[in-house]
Amino acid sequence: MKLLPLVLANLRRHRLRTLLTTLGVALATFLFASLRSVVTTLNAGAEVASASRMGVQNATAIVFPLPLSYRERLAAVPGVAAVTWANWFGGLYGDGKTFFAQFAVDPETYLAMYPEISVPPGQKEAFLHERTAALVGKGLMEKVGWRLGQDVTIRGTIYPGDWTFTIRAVYTPTVRAMDDRSFLFHYDYLYERTDHRATPGWYALQLSDPSHAASVAQTIDAMFRNSSAPTKTMTEKAFNQSFVTMWGNVQFLMNSIGMAVVFAILMVTANAMMMTARERTGEVAVLKTIGFTDRTLFGLVMAEASVVTLSGAVLGLGGAKLLYAGTGFNGFGFLPGFDVTPATLALGFGITLLLAVASGIVPALRAARLSIVQALRHVE
Amino acid sequence: MKIPFVYNLRSIGQRPVSTAMTALGVSLVVAVFVAMLALANGFRAALVKTGSPGNVIVLRRGAASEMESGISRESERLIAADPRIATGADGRPLVSPEVFVVINIPRAVGEGVNNVVARGVNDEAFAVRNIHIVAGRKFESGRSEIIIGKKIVPRFAHTAIGDTLRFATRDWLVVGHFEAGGSALESEVWGENEQFMPVFRGEVFQSVILRLTDPAAFDDLKRALEGDQRLTVQAQRESAFYAGQSTVLTRILTFLAVMITSVMAVGAVFGAVNTMYAAVSSRTPEIAVLLTLGFPPRSVLASFLAESAAIAFLGGVAGGLLALPINGIVTSTTNWNSFSEVAFAFRVTPGLLVGGVIFAVVMGVVGGFFPAWRAARLQVVQALR
Repeated sequence: MKLLPLVLANLRRHRLRTLLTTLGVALATFLFASLRSVVTTLNAGAEVASASRMGVQNATAIVFPLPLSYRERLAAVPGVAAVTWANWFGGLYGDGKTFFAQFAVDPETYLAMYPEISVPPGQKEAFLHERTAALVGKGLMEKVGWRLGQDVTIRGTIYPGDWTFTIRAVYTPTVRAMDDRSFLFHYDYLYERTDHRATPGWYALQLSDPSHAASVAQTIDAMFRNSSAPTKTMTEKAFNQSFVTMWGNVQFLMNSIGMAVVFAILMVTANAMMMTARERTGEVAVLKTIGFTDRTLFGLVMAEASVVTLSGAVLGLGGAKLLYAGTGFNGFGFLPGFDVTPATLALGFGITLLLAVASGIVPALRAARLSIVQALRHVE
Repeated sequence: MKIPFVYNLRSIGQRPVSTAMTALGVSLVVAVFVAMLALANGFRAALVKTGSPGNVIVLRRGAASEMESGISRESERLIAADPRIATGADGRPLVSPEVFVVINIPRAVGEGVNNVVARGVNDEAFAVRNIHIVAGRKFESGRSEIIIGKKIVPRFAHTAIGDTLRFATRDWLVVGHFEAGGSALESEVWGENEQFMPVFRGEVFQSVILRLTDPAAFDDLKRALEGDQRLTVQAQRESAFYAGQSTVLTRILTFLAVMITSVMAVGAVFGAVNTMYAAVSSRTPEIAVLLTLGFPPRSVLASFLAESAAIAFLGGVAGGLLALPINGIVTSTTNWNSFSEVAFAFRVTPGLLVGGVIFAVVMGVVGGFFPAWRAARLQVVQALR
């Protein structure tokens, strides 16, 4: 520790080089944290999924509806505590450029099934009791600039026509990974206006015991196997995961880029350390002559590498954390709850330590093994 | 008077490790740059290739994708009667009324299912869309037979010839695999439209694809179809339709590529700055000698810039070589317009490689500028003392 002033003094000799190398590490760790957070945020959606909820969709594909009569049969399955259903509306608002998801839901059972959708009690009553009322996410309200009580007209594409709703309630998700940009309205309204054509797109089930998920799924799928609309039942987690994989192999892509970033910065820092060490060959010999041990000299070079990389990491990782938390970045709505997790920060620091070792080891060993006679002859 | 470039090359050779590290740093940036754009390129190419400018896709008016569209049999007959439609070898008009649905089929590896397009077509579709059977045969009319696009054959279970794939409450016999010039159609499952119609959406087609005798006749055809009181349809060139489906994702990928690589590039430039400053300071006496010999400062500046650019150029070439093996690797993503999987290959084009090298040289010149500037402004007396 008492040699720390020496390390710092050495770093100050090439201020520009130290600054650039530190900033380089900062940029690399910043990128690393950003890329990694894309992966963790995507996975978080699947992680927070409730283990006690399941989804039932048409086995052919989710775009095909299920009969409304299934609700009683699903409710009668042993282990199923509650049933609700919803439909994808797929309408366009305004010029069609402001995209958001609209769902027709059975209001009472839906809100009971998803306690994460938090609605002020007064607004909830208003939403439940008006046929053409809409419940809108807080993020969407802010994005489009809507007010409570406003009429909103949506042009249906799957269910043609102009549909006007009155915003009666605003919800705030209680978990970060949940989307706060959805638009919910009464399923009954859709069902009646389409002459009973719009049957449920999918059902959601609440299980009385999550450990029975597999057997419940089997019972349900067997029950409807030979009907006109066979079903596919899976846990909410599996459902969310299948959605994540639809983007393609994002995890692999992000990790590969992350690796490339780390290697690129390794080249920059290792090069800086080697140049520094080479310029100080004579000095190292002098230090050895006045009694510094090989081990101390090894430690001095390693300490220098660690100071540079770790301060870069503090800048980069800390910067990423603060920037994303401060700006509420959400990947243009694609990544709700985007967050640099503590695990990512820990991983980032771990990689930085490796970086310090990898960039410092060669010059440090060289310094430790330096023969005084050779070195002093070398610099005349 | 120019300082010979050989001087720089020899100097680079004097410090091989430092040069190699700087160049490697640059090469990784270039590799990521090329790889990410190859991804965007591949996706766009697959979708753009799907559409031919000589083909027209007719959808229900207001439908943004085939999924939302619906065209009745009567409308289809009216459309097929248009005189601007080309005729095939058998004398029938090159019109393919198609059933378009997205189905779930199980993956080949691991658990889970994926969305894939199932398209019901007629016999003309093979000529209209330029489809070739690469293994097995076409499906036979009137039978529960399907053929599978060659890109998804290895990705999904039960897709080999002779296998049975179950969807829409029926078993379908796989009788062939087809190829469609690398387009997104190679990620689809095809069967006869008359077989698909009753099991999916009933008596309605989703789209009508037709081949024009003369691509220039598109505007006339569009006016005729859209002006016809009996029809509520819209006509688009097939190429424009598919290019439109690729824009959003291509834009996201390109944006990501530019963002990520510019941040990386700043790091690599820092590396180049460090290297060049070290080069300049260790060669101070040499530079003084060059100036004393009468080389103007301008030449010294140019010489060091050239040296930095040369190192970066090496990095750029190495980066291109690093990225080259990903060319042709098949990956997949979702076409969000149809919610279905599209398999496509990374496409590293010569243009992309040249772009990567230019990017590298720019990094070298930017990184070399301030060190070169310092070299050019050295005071001879001080430097030699």
